[in-house]
Amino acid sequence: MQAYAPSFRPDRRGLMKAAGALAGLSLLPKGTLAAEDKQVNFYNWDTYIGETTLDDFTAATGIEVKLDLFADNDELFAKLREGNPGYDLIVPTNDFVERMLVAGILMPLDHDKIPNMSNLGANFRDASFDPGLKHSIPYMWGTIGVGYNTARTGDISKSWKHLYDSDQFAGQISLLGDGQNVIGHAMKYLGHSLNSTDIAHVKEAEELLISQKENIKVFADDNGQDLLASGEVVIAQEWNGDILQVMTEDDDISFYVPDEGGLIWQDCLCIPNDAPHPDNAHDLINYILDADAGAAIADFIQYATPNDAARAKLGPEYNENPAIFPPDETVARCEFQLYLGEEHVKNINDAWTRVQAA
Amino acid sequence: MESYHRNRRLFWLLAGPGSFWLLFFFLVPLGIVWTLSFGEKAVIDGQISITETEITWTLANYLRALADPVYLKIIWKSVWISVFATLLCLLIAYPVAFLISFTSPRRQAWLLLAVILPFWINLLIRTYALIAVFRTKGYVNFTLEWIYNGLWLDHLFGAFQPLELLYNNFAVVAGLVYVFMPFMVLPLYASIERLDRSMLEASLDLGAGQFTTFLRVTVPLTMPGIISGVILVFIPSLGSFLTADLLGGTNATMIGNVIERQFKAANDWPFGAALSFLLMYVTFGALALRAVISRQSGMPA
Repeated sequence: MQAYAPSFRPDRRGLMKAAGALAGLSLLPKGTLAAEDKQVNFYNWDTYIGETTLDDFTAATGIEVKLDLFADNDELFAKLREGNPGYDLIVPTNDFVERMLVAGILMPLDHDKIPNMSNLGANFRDASFDPGLKHSIPYMWGTIGVGYNTARTGDISKSWKHLYDSDQFAGQISLLGDGQNVIGHAMKYLGHSLNSTDIAHVKEAEELLISQKENIKVFADDNGQDLLASGEVVIAQEWNGDILQVMTEDDDISFYVPDEGGLIWQDCLCIPNDAPHPDNAHDLINYILDADAGAAIADFIQYATPNDAARAKLGPEYNENPAIFPPDETVARCEFQLYLGEEHVKNINDAWTRVQAA
Repeated sequence: MESYHRNRRLFWLLAGPGSFWLLFFFLVPLGIVWTLSFGEKAVIDGQISITETEITWTLANYLRALADPVYLKIIWKSVWISVFATLLCLLIAYPVAFLISFTSPRRQAWLLLAVILPFWINLLIRTYALIAVFRTKGYVNFTLEWIYNGLWLDHLFGAFQPLELLYNNFAVVAGLVYVFMPFMVLPLYASIERLDRSMLEASLDLGAGQFTTFLRVTVPLTMPGIISGVILVFIPSLGSFLTADLLGGTNATMIGNVIERQFKAANDWPFGAALSFLLMYVTFGALALRAVISRQSGMPA
């Protein structure tokens, strides 16, 4: 049981479903007062903020933070697409920032209210998916890669091959549970861009997956790290932060971003349209970008922060950890997930349905 | 009994809240989903919109679901998994319900509590608990290994090979049976409880054996409970997605998972709505079948 018990450390994606189902989702009041209440409604991933960050913010500003949690971007988007139910600050991933920009549901940010933006590293002052950071502020970034149990796999090459195109670990492989990432990385392994919209490339990836399926144990719905830790699988495709979480408990577990490259993601702080307390949301964004607050968050959740001032306050065990900050040449081969239109979303999901039914 | 015509005010007072609830929280949402199933994503400025749906009364969503065999294949598979889970539930629940209704009233209360108790825990938590029970280093394999080694079988046949109980269809069926068992036990208990015991005695007195009595007296008399239980288990099984998601393997996808994906990852609400309604037609089919069966056997539906 011990190995399975979900630990309450960095895991923004795990647990959340359990918590949401247990607690029910709170209905947030829609404030329409001219002067803002001393309140801000923060919609975040689970365990994705410092232990005391929000209390510290309340102590410093008198603004009360109401925290609500989502499990994945799809849930976040589904909640907001029919209108903002009352959130002031949300944390979508880059491709969903793009999607939300296309859907026109993000409020432009007032950079004058966020002086701590100067703490952002040089690479993070602009973004391809949101030129000029007009609607989004980088919060954390990371990769998808391969977590593996070195005691049971031995030394292996840094490739997607072991997951996608080999029976060496038959029956002991887990891939992620969402079609976009599984198919995207299959295309990456096949030498295409993970953003390829070429239907032939999608088909190729689909066929690769169907022939590899007999070797795959499960498409894990965000618990690949638990499967790895409990010995259910020996090699798993996962988010780097999730694997990092079990690496601290088990020395046999290791992580690499394959040499073929993979997905790099960036979660962003955004204010949705019709947010009842946009000024308070700006204050909270500014507070999160503070050097000390940012360092406390990064130290606790163990994801890579774009905040250089915060990094300067943390030691080498954070700054030089290759699972948090992969080598530059690997990062250079990684790609952001792009939002490529509804037709592409449909093609990917149809292919995914066929893979699962095969 | 008084006719409602004579006391209309009381009638509406009593029927009002329930009707209101059914209308606004069941029929209206259902109507919205039904309308949605005839829609398509709106095209705004030459680009397919992410959030806007246009109701064009197109049949394209239904045709897409029926034309690609993959969806029918998944529906068919979901039906089979649900049928299997329902039958297993019935086989396990019938003796349990029988036992409960034939014990002393004091004990009945405790046994019924034991059946209902798991309901107090969230479905998700119960499903996660099953993972801990079934996984390679879970409690089942742990117990089996303990017995295996206890019998010195490891000296004879080599080390214990853990059973693969998770991430396959077995795990999905087991999960469904576990989760929906109370829905089967309770209606069965209710109908067995009402069973006129003198009928059983009469049958035995008149020369029928235990087995014949069970088949020809007990089962027909408790048929309403059996039918209710079967429906209460089959319908939610058919639409479930959580169990297959957490316990299923690489091809354990059920139609519920596909529908969920249309509303989330695929962001295709019209198609998801059409699939939901196809599933609902299957459910209606099952209910119609029930009506036909109960009419043929002359029982109250």
